[in-house]
Amino acid sequence: MFNNFFHKMASPKYFYRISGILIPWLAAGSALLFLAGLYYGLVKAPPDYQQGDSYRIMFIHVPAAWMSMFIYMVMAGAGAIGLIWRIKLAEIMAISSATIGAWFTFLALVTGSIWGKPMWGTWWVWDARLTSELILLFLYLGVIALYNAIDDKRTAARAVAILALVGVVNIPIIHYSVEWWNTLHQGPTVTKFDKPSIHLSMLIPLLQMAVAFKLYYAFVVLMRARCEVLERERNTGWVRELAEKT
Amino acid sequence: MNLNEFFHMGGYAFYVWTSYGIALFVLLINVILPILQRKKILGRIARAARRTRRNTA
Amino acid sequence: MTSDSLLRAFSLLLKRDLTLAMRHRAEMINPLLFFVLVTSLFPLGIGADPKLLQAVGPGVIWVAALLAALLSLEGIFRSDFEDGTLEQFLLSSHPVSVLVIAKVLAHWLITGLPLLVISPLLGVLLGLPADAILILLVTLALGTPVLSLIGAVGVALTVGLRKGGMILSLLVLPLYVPLLIFAASAVDTAAAGLPVTAHLSLISALLVLSLSLSPLATAAALRISLS
Repeated sequence: MFNNFFHKMASPKYFYRISGILIPWLAAGSALLFLAGLYYGLVKAPPDYQQGDSYRIMFIHVPAAWMSMFIYMVMAGAGAIGLIWRIKLAEIMAISSATIGAWFTFLALVTGSIWGKPMWGTWWVWDARLTSELILLFLYLGVIALYNAIDDKRTAARAVAILALVGVVNIPIIHYSVEWWNTLHQGPTVTKFDKPSIHLSMLIPLLQMAVAFKLYYAFVVLMRARCEVLERERNTGWVRELAEKT
Repeated sequence: MNLNEFFHMGGYAFYVWTSYGIALFVLLINVILPILQRKKILGRIARAARRTRRNTA
Repeated sequence: MTSDSLLRAFSLLLKRDLTLAMRHRAEMINPLLFFVLVTSLFPLGIGADPKLLQAVGPGVIWVAALLAALLSLEGIFRSDFEDGTLEQFLLSSHPVSVLVIAKVLAHWLITGLPLLVISPLLGVLLGLPADAILILLVTLALGTPVLSLIGAVGVALTVGLRKGGMILSLLVLPLYVPLLIFAASAVDTAAAGLPVTAHLSLISALLVLSLSLSPLATAAALRISLS
């Protein structure tokens, strides 16, 4: 029965229908959580005693940075499933995740840089986290470039899966090496982003935003995956019917 | 807290609102792009289907 | 018996690649020239102050080595892909990953080893102390195989593409970051007269890891690229 469910889920037509039902719910949930997170984060939470109100950038910077890592893991996981069990849908999820992951990485980089300006006095500091995010962005761009360069999309998806797996082995090493490099060259500077203890009134909106970002990712990745499904199944009867109805 | 104070953000208004503005932009564009793409794909498929029907008829 | 024939295939492939390389010496020499040229551009670009050169030297030499390796990477599979030899490999009864190791080893002997040999000269040009030059040699000896091994995955993924070169650098360079950090900092530390065993064991760990995983990934990538 369980097996049956996955088999059904893996059929593009069924996926298209179910995801169509899921998307509005996920979108609504993420919108509600965003509103709550914004309210508690921008209005309710008190200013930080050291950073004043500038710390409020954290409520997007930190969840975006978390998502950038998380989505890479999802992408590699989905890619591995696609490679091993030849499930087309997993391949589609992997490549649909890549673009969104790149956007989140970009967001984490830009907000980190903007946050750095009032804190450090310059737009860019070779801080360990920012540097890691920058390299992660390069990894994402590599994945996207490789996918676009290969004409046959099934081959492209499988090549991308290999690259994502290689990347996933390397990410912890890159992360570690960058932190190591950072302590080596800058001395033990206190990273302003990592708070040893965070007050509950700040933790709550942070978690709200983190879950909101997760739900947002879920519904956006489904929307992208639906486009890929339509593109790949364009010669089947159900897609033609669907196209002519709209 | 009044509205002015809220928008002032303790002097960090520029940084905070730029960050949130960029975040809003990124979140919106990732919703809008797939919607447009879906419309485009469906339109293309529908046109292709009509063409083949006309040719076979 | 099977391991015997595998060993034979391995050494035959290695010999073949080396013979081919000796026939096209330009391909061997170009990356080497590039390595020397890029390194000697730096004093011209940033000034010849000995202190400054010594400070940036390890990083400069390693970045130049990275770029030189990148320049030669396509050679690992390109010609074999174009004349169809690569498809024969995939059809052979031997594990592809072992054949990949033979090809990577050949590539390293052709392009990595010359870098190693010429690097003390560059160390002298940039005014590195003798201890640092010794460590530079050790890091290059341990690190250039890693460059070839990681690079092989990238080449295998892009070998069928017309504009593979640009994408190759985007795929491979971010993966070189840890090696660059550990190696350049090892030379730096040695120049300061401090012990570098920690650095060297980290680089060795990278070598072991890439030696065990990259041939598998390369073999899988070749299968996909040629399908």
